Amino acid sequence: MTPTAHQPTSPPLLIRGGDVLGQGVQDVLVVDSTIAAVGPDAADEAPQGAQRLDAAGMVVLPGLVDLHTHLREPGREDAETVESGSQAAALGGFTAVLAMANTTPVTDTAEVAETVWDLGRRAGYVDVHPVGAVTKGLAGEELAELGLMARSRARVRVFSDDGRCVDDPRLMRRALEYVRVFDGVISQHSQDPRLADGVACCHEGELSGRLGLAGWPAVAEETIVARDVMLAKHTGSRVHVAHVSTAGSVEVLRWAKAQGIDVTAEVTPHHLMLTQDLLTGYDPTFKVNPPLRPAEDAQALREALADGTIDAVATDHAPHARQDKEHAFVDAAFGMLGLETALPVVSTLMVQEGRMSWTDVARAMSTTPARIARLTDQGQGIRAGAPANLTLVDPDRRVTVDRARSRSLSRNNPWHGRELTGAVHLTMLRGRVTAREGLVWGEQ
Amino acid sequence: MKHLLSIADLDREEILAILDTAISMHEVQGRDVKKLPTLRGRTIINFFFEDSTRTRASFEIAGKWMSADTINLTGKGTSVSKGESLRDTVLTIDAMGVDMMVIRHPASGAPRQIADWVDCSIVNAGDGTHEHPSQALLDAYTLRRSLGDLDGRHVAIVGDLTHSRVLRSNLLCLRKLGAEVTLVAPPTLMPAGIAGWASTDGFTVSYDLDAVLPTVDAVMMLRVQRERMSGGYFPTAKEYAVTYGLTARRLALLQDHAVIAHPGPMNRGLEISAEAADAARSLVLDQVSAGVAVRMSILYHLLAGEGSAQ
Ligand SMILES: [Zn+2]
Repeated sequence: MTPTAHQPTSPPLLIRGGDVLGQGVQDVLVVDSTIAAVGPDAADEAPQGAQRLDAAGMVVLPGLVDLHTHLREPGREDAETVESGSQAAALGGFTAVLAMANTTPVTDTAEVAETVWDLGRRAGYVDVHPVGAVTKGLAGEELAELGLMARSRARVRVFSDDGRCVDDPRLMRRALEYVRVFDGVISQHSQDPRLADGVACCHEGELSGRLGLAGWPAVAEETIVARDVMLAKHTGSRVHVAHVSTAGSVEVLRWAKAQGIDVTAEVTPHHLMLTQDLLTGYDPTFKVNPPLRPAEDAQALREALADGTIDAVATDHAPHARQDKEHAFVDAAFGMLGLETALPVVSTLMVQEGRMSWTDVARAMSTTPARIARLTDQGQGIRAGAPANLTLVDPDRRVTVDRARSRSLSRNNPWHGRELTGAVHLTMLRGRVTAREGLVWGEQ
Repeated sequence: MKHLLSIADLDREEILAILDTAISMHEVQGRDVKKLPTLRGRTIINFFFEDSTRTRASFEIAGKWMSADTINLTGKGTSVSKGESLRDTVLTIDAMGVDMMVIRHPASGAPRQIADWVDCSIVNAGDGTHEHPSQALLDAYTLRRSLGDLDGRHVAIVGDLTHSRVLRSNLLCLRKLGAEVTLVAPPTLMPAGIAGWASTDGFTVSYDLDAVLPTVDAVMMLRVQRERMSGGYFPTAKEYAVTYGLTARRLALLQDHAVIAHPGPMNRGLEISAEAADAARSLVLDQVSAGVAVRMSILYHLLAGEGSAQ
């Protein structure tokens, strides 16, 4: 892949004195779309006119990859567009996002997949990889055209009915068998709809009892995770558990991995840091699916991410127009923003607190998600010859989140008013600076 | 006090103040001309997003007897389908300069959300399966009239507790007034996480109505919908009535002074037998008549008390 014709590349850039993961403090030289050199001699190789960037105190990460983004286009361009969501992603340090299929129309054909792919290329801030629906119209009845989406220009490898669970075990089995041919993966929204009925809107437990809200019991997620790992074992296929939210699911994953079952899992920044106590005022900003859980679950998720039982952090960025959130709690839309805040949240909660190193962050937010989605030119690490997809992080910079300043078209930001430590300084996609100090390409 | 959203927001003194004022309001109800000038010039909107003839009429009469201008609005279901947000809907009404909105809404928490959005006072007249504070206050008023001070009295609340807003408000109100409370229901109709809740808030859970009845001063029966059978909450109406209904046989288990309450509407033959509903010790009609007096008291405390004059 190369940048499209109307997107000029940046001039050569010498990034000086950044902390390059596993390699200590180094210089990184980027020429055209490639990392030309890493190391003490990089400056010698810099061509005439190369720009210099003082990266002392900063961390150089491979560009972040989000396995779970909702961009809302086509269909709900008032909430987000591929362009606005891509800008938010670039500002958040991402160089690739997987755009979920629950658009209008649903991404269940090669045509819609290619439309989203093209919109992403035209916007040019991040690589936008459409996720294909597992079933037609997300209806859970018939398989969507999985093979045609895989063979399309969009080269779809991740399939998901996200927002809904593929709850029919026979259909889930067939989907897993079918995608093996093209090395696809089924990303499951694990939630048994019979244990989590239509009016459910939060975690089921004492708090939901007091608030008079119908809840999802944790077991609605855990039974599907357990079933799916057994189906993955049976079919020999790859299953990916989207937005894990309970301690019980973590236990199932731990067991499955010990068995050698090919299962991967992601956790969102909000499930890592936020808990259900935020619901006492019935503010729909905190209404999300799966729901915010008790503190013990969040604790288990943090441990599982740190020890690798959970493979990746994914945002589940879910923008909603104001009018879709300003309803009674049970009627309001599910979801929260996440692209611009994911790295600062992980930095604050996992790195600053000593649970993860920046190398772990690179693994959970770039290398592993790229591998799960089979993205060949993302998550490649910082080495000569690799595509210049990288993210510069200022680990000590404090930011107070202001939802009004979001690049997303929506404002359902659960982090509003919080101070986080760690900020994205610069994002580069194939040698082109897509975001720098709060501005995106074209604004700098 | 600006809003009445939840019994959880009130302390014991505030509850007692409302109940005490209700005594004098109850006297007005006995007069030929039932009119106080207290809320002249005030406008109250009864905004009911869900049908409730009984509660709406009670609030409307309470407002009229206090000389407020009361207007009824209905918003069937929610306005989600119309594309207008709840916030826009209530802001439109608030902008007309009303003093109070009495809100009934099928969604738990809606009155609290609305109170955050608007300037006027909000009274929660029942929100989803969350709370029904005016009902709890009138129940406490009625029990107090028969039993006196509720400190140390034992009240059992029996029925579909999961889906009952009356339960949540009554539980909080009775505990704040010092009563012992036992909840009785099949496990399927107990709210989620009841064990933790019970230990924090100091009440008891039982699945054995026969064992509880001889110990109570009052038993409050809650409505059970037959539709819950199809949801798998209990097998048959007969099984429910035999196991958890206040049958004629069970009446005999009550102490002589013990009273029976039911917020209505009653399913005779399911959660309550005709014998129990019509017994001399049944407070069902007293609850209805107390409803207007207690709601007059609520309006008084929110709209005529200090702080509301400016
Ligand atoms: Zn989902």
